[in-house]
Amino acid sequence: MASDTTTTTGAPAAPPPPPAPAGAPRSAWRGRRHRWGVRWGPYAHIAPFFVLFAAFGIFPLLYTGWASLHRVELTAPTDMEWVGLRNYARLLDDEFFWNALRNTVTIGLLSTVPQLLMALGIAHLLHGRLRGSTFFRVVALTPYATSVAAATLVFVLLFGRDFGLVNWVLGLLGAGPVDWQNGRWTSQFAVSTIVIWRWTGYNALIYLAALQAIPDELYEAAALDGASRWQQFRHVTVPSLRPTILFTCVVSTIGATQLFGEPLLFNGSAGATGGSDHQFQTLGLYLYEQGWVNLHLGRASAIAWAMLLILLLAGAAVALVRAWRRRTR
Amino acid sequence: MKIKQTAGRQHHAGPLTYVLLGLAALVSLFPLYWNLVAASHTGERVVEAPAPLLPGPHLLDNLTFAWNQVDMGEALVNTTVVAGLVAASTVLFSTLAGFAFAKLPFRGRNVLLALVVATMTIPPQLSVIPLYRIITDLGWVDQLQSVVLPSLVAAFGVFFMRQYLLEALPVELVEAARVDGAHSLRVIWHVVFPVARPAMAVLGMLVFVQAWNDFFWPFIALTPDGNPTLQVALAGLGSGNHTINQAIVLTGALISTVPLLLVFALLGKHIVGGITSGAVKS
Repeated sequence: MASDTTTTTGAPAAPPPPPAPAGAPRSAWRGRRHRWGVRWGPYAHIAPFFVLFAAFGIFPLLYTGWASLHRVELTAPTDMEWVGLRNYARLLDDEFFWNALRNTVTIGLLSTVPQLLMALGIAHLLHGRLRGSTFFRVVALTPYATSVAAATLVFVLLFGRDFGLVNWVLGLLGAGPVDWQNGRWTSQFAVSTIVIWRWTGYNALIYLAALQAIPDELYEAAALDGASRWQQFRHVTVPSLRPTILFTCVVSTIGATQLFGEPLLFNGSAGATGGSDHQFQTLGLYLYEQGWVNLHLGRASAIAWAMLLILLLAGAAVALVRAWRRRTR
Repeated sequence: MKIKQTAGRQHHAGPLTYVLLGLAALVSLFPLYWNLVAASHTGERVVEAPAPLLPGPHLLDNLTFAWNQVDMGEALVNTTVVAGLVAASTVLFSTLAGFAFAKLPFRGRNVLLALVVATMTIPPQLSVIPLYRIITDLGWVDQLQSVVLPSLVAAFGVFFMRQYLLEALPVELVEAARVDGAHSLRVIWHVVFPVARPAMAVLGMLVFVQAWNDFFWPFIALTPDGNPTLQVALAGLGSGNHTINQAIVLTGALISTVPLLLVFALLGKHIVGGITSGAVKS
């Protein structure tokens, strides 16, 4: 299984098209058509994807960049007035932008870190001989099948201050009612809970897949060397899972940057402000407020590109740290 | 492979494992159970302390009311159409492109593949503004094509199918078909599709779930009172201007969730098998 992967991905960047296969074509015309097909056929396979992708992925991306350099109102999206980088300069002075950026980072950390740690734990529990393992796996995936909207509307009530079940349980334990909606940390914790609930099981299954791919021989060799269970986990399991952990970290980070539905609907009927004091307004929500509530499409575009730049910076930072660690080792 | 593994290192799970997994299962299922509970009480009862823990008698009343209030029936049909079209098209085009990236040599292959992977990181917020302009220009606000067209392909799907076909499709099979003089479409139909079927099914399910639950763009392109998908209708119920009846809101949530949960109850085993066979990880 693995050898096929290495040979294919390790191939040179653009191998020349191979000669037509040996089964001699019956006529010259057919041969020519065949060679033409070998040469251009691959592009026909990828063309539908790239055509649609250019139209609905690349073009909008570039157009958003162009719009971010203009003053554009939602009510008249064709009237564009060139303002250069003013939308970006304005963002730097905008306390709500920095607030939204801070909230996106803290909610991202509050939701991603516990989520991935718990997913790793659950994957570990699911890995092994287990009665009813299919049941546990399907159940772990059911929150993933629940939409952001449905999940958030349920959690809003569970986190209700006066009647919610979360406070009821806290009351049984002797802890006072918490105002989940209005506190900065409490509201961010509640929003993060929704994200954690929806994604932990999905990530656990991805980790489980990676766990199942680790060859037993590695553990046997470690056990022969006298490694304890913890040392086996530390020196066999974690290194083998590293690519998968990186993959889930990247996907979760991207998801956290785009967080929108949870904070929008957690606010009930109060709209896109992210709480009375903007205490859980994320960048995605602020973009929506600027574009569709305040009608400033140009500024919303600048926020969108700022989000991409922040992701790219984060990616570059991770790459730098990895390169630096590899050198110092 | 699986047999060998279970014979090796793996030990029987202890009681603690079952307790912890049972807890995890409880936490996973409780919000869904409570959704049903809340949808079976009156709006006043749901927001009365302490909130109910057992189902009440009002489920049918609430269902009838929610169904008529925002036309959940229309939303259900709309969502099924959108998610079905998006899933079918994503699977088809992803398989074609994934096959080419996995098994056909061509100039620029690695560069284009890197481009596909890189674009998986672009937030959808970046395309919303121009897309909104396009659909207003074309008069497509509140029309289903405005949410179908932008989702017809997904970079994730191409990568997913490429990873699967890389391992599952022997290149000899493709060449044998070529030698027999089969042209591209026949190779796709008779060689690639049969091999790719399990991964196509998993990808189709993942994309269907995603499209069914998609929120950000549909919320902008469609309106709750016009021609909504379930999620948009639900957002309208949850943030409407009229006094909110939480029981009705959660009845809407129930209507939007139950179809997917039924699918999961029936096909969950296969979906889970697809994910844990390693098709999703990088």
